[in-house]
Amino acid sequence: MLREIRPAILVLVMLTLITGLAYPLAMTGVAGVIFPKQAQGSLIEKDGKVVGSTLIGQEFKEDKYFHGRPSATVGPDPADSTKTTSVPYNAANSGGSNMGPTSKALADRLKEDVEKLKAENPSAAVPVDLVTTSGSGLDPDISPEAALFQVPRIAKARNMSEDTLRQMVTMSTQGRFAGLLGEPRVNVLALNLALDRAASK
Amino acid sequence: MTAIGWTQIILYCVIVAALAKLLGWYMTRVFNGESTFLSPVLHPIESAIYWIGGVDARREQHWLTYTVAMLLFHVGGVLIIYGLMRLQASLPFNPAEMSAVAEDLSFNTAISFITNTNWQNYGGESTLSYLTQMIGLTHQNFLSAATGIVLAVALIRGFARSSMRTVGNFWVDVTRCTLYVLLPICIVFTLFLVWQGMPQTLGPYVEATTLEGAKQTIAVGPVASQVAIKMLGTNGGGFFNANAAHPFENPTALSNFVQMLSIFVLGAALTNVFGRMVGDQRQGWAILAVMGVLFIAGVAIAYWAEANGTSTLSSLGLTGGNMEGKEVRFGIVASSLFAVITTAASCGAVNAMHDSFTALGGMIPLINMQLGEIIVGGVGAGMYGMLLFIVLAIFVAGLMVGRTPEYVGKKIEAREVKMAMLAILILPLMILGWTAVAVVYPTATASMANAGPHGFSEVLYAYSSQTANNGSAFGGLTGNIFFYNVTGAVAMFVGRFMMIVPAMAIAGSLAEKKSVPASAGTFPTTGGLFVGLVVGVILILGGLTFFPALALGPIVEHLAMNANTVF
Repeated sequence: MLREIRPAILVLVMLTLITGLAYPLAMTGVAGVIFPKQAQGSLIEKDGKVVGSTLIGQEFKEDKYFHGRPSATVGPDPADSTKTTSVPYNAANSGGSNMGPTSKALADRLKEDVEKLKAENPSAAVPVDLVTTSGSGLDPDISPEAALFQVPRIAKARNMSEDTLRQMVTMSTQGRFAGLLGEPRVNVLALNLALDRAASK
Repeated sequence: MTAIGWTQIILYCVIVAALAKLLGWYMTRVFNGESTFLSPVLHPIESAIYWIGGVDARREQHWLTYTVAMLLFHVGGVLIIYGLMRLQASLPFNPAEMSAVAEDLSFNTAISFITNTNWQNYGGESTLSYLTQMIGLTHQNFLSAATGIVLAVALIRGFARSSMRTVGNFWVDVTRCTLYVLLPICIVFTLFLVWQGMPQTLGPYVEATTLEGAKQTIAVGPVASQVAIKMLGTNGGGFFNANAAHPFENPTALSNFVQMLSIFVLGAALTNVFGRMVGDQRQGWAILAVMGVLFIAGVAIAYWAEANGTSTLSSLGLTGGNMEGKEVRFGIVASSLFAVITTAASCGAVNAMHDSFTALGGMIPLINMQLGEIIVGGVGAGMYGMLLFIVLAIFVAGLMVGRTPEYVGKKIEAREVKMAMLAILILPLMILGWTAVAVVYPTATASMANAGPHGFSEVLYAYSSQTANNGSAFGGLTGNIFFYNVTGAVAMFVGRFMMIVPAMAIAGSLAEKKSVPASAGTFPTTGGLFVGLVVGVILILGGLTFFPALALGPIVEHLAMNANTVF
């Protein structure tokens, strides 16, 4: 048995160097050359400044923008660093609400949000993804229904025609992969950037 | 439930079966020591490792030596992870300036990674440096996966060999598994994932100014290289806190589908390796069929439950299923399917928050883990777990006809059955035992995030997940307290190694036995009767053991939900 000690140390060290250092560093190098944009985090720059990542949702509150889903992420409380407080779309601390199916807190939150949205647009059914928090708290997408639901509000805020906005939503809708995998979706940040571009023309 | 949803599920199963055959062929060659198309590149590295490590590649080991070698290998693994976590503040590759991790959390995480559990009491992007993620976690993702696989191979050799005292050489198996199986797949897989949008950088976290002018710190890192092995090795420990729900850790529906395939592919391939090594591939397909039956049943229930949603949602007129805790790009079907796969295998990565699943949708992952993760299972661990249940099923069949049972030419006798029972009894002992302790300990119950039966489910899930070395969680439970860190580590350690040692004892005793040729009285183990028998034994054993606990958690919660009760 004693003769197993030498390989236990040396085989471990060598496999550690191969899989723990050589492999991730080589992959970082190769990926940085072949897919430089993705490797850095699919960042979007506007006027030389990073405004976000295509893949990471951000918080939109203003009426003139399409809103993403509610986010349950938290961050350190500025008033008391031992506590955490709600910081929606905190991309340095991802997470979901973890509220269960019979949670009263969840039921109350849903009820409140549904009422708010019904007041905003009484003509359509409230899409479920617009009132539920995502798993990561950073969901960059909403369903096409959730985007169309918000069209009247944005049309009013931007003084644009609803038809133009609906057209933009349809244009930015990504279908299922190969018509099969995943769900149809609209990237909120990309759509809002397109809105701003259209407005500045 | 939709036709397009079921098409995705069926497509998934077909591809897994096809890959199982292909990889089964390749892995059999690797573990038989034959040369492969990668040998010209890898053989020199392999030889160098043996030379430096003082390994005589031709000398095989007795099952006990093999097991001791494996345990020694893990002692080193624990020390490396624990050391890195405690010292990360003063080590390089730490651009986010993470401080040292507390003792109990470091201990829990070290045990968690050597046991292939990857329970996340830590929050990746908020706790760990890049160095800890790479050397500590990425490397152990490889090694715990390789260990699981080679232990299964050793047990398979026990069935396949006749009158031999050895089961292989641990150092050779683990080196060949890492170099020939895991690394090449991971290299291709990493590049695919980066192409799909996963970051792979050593640069610092990105500061962005959002369209509305707010500051957003975006955590990045060497994500893809870790995620590749995290999925392939059924480790499941996320680079980020939200794991595969995080858009950087699972950017598209396609990356999600391929990640789901990678969870099952090696485990499924091992059934084929079994068939090839015992000389009849149908034996492997029969095992995969047992797994397939249990898997499809689980998927159907979870998908149905999640698509139906909750009474809270329907009372507000919200349709489209239970989207709380799920991502839009995956939707209901890919989230439910992922949850069943990740717990059927011992992966534990999540692309949706299991804590927010419906009561019945969340019960399927619980059951999958409590059965010991034998539905494909963790790489290797699923195979040896399933073989333990098969030993038991064969024993039951033998009792019915009053004849010494045989399986693939080996007589299953008292020693094997005792060892199999010993291993299987560990599951209820650790899962129900620790859950019982936790629910009467006020400090532990204070960690529950949800009130009512769901709080109990959170604790039951925590110990099921850790004992079965899964690593997924009902994440609301605040697991990072001393009590859960320590008891969880015990559950993970016992759950892993108290399964392995009896399984290896069986490997040793089987290898020494002579093979008996099949006769007219031999129970055929390739047909539907065998598949049905094994499924039955698994469900009866699991059902009898865990039904009372499930009744207190998800089942009563489902009834409460139907009565519109909230807590």
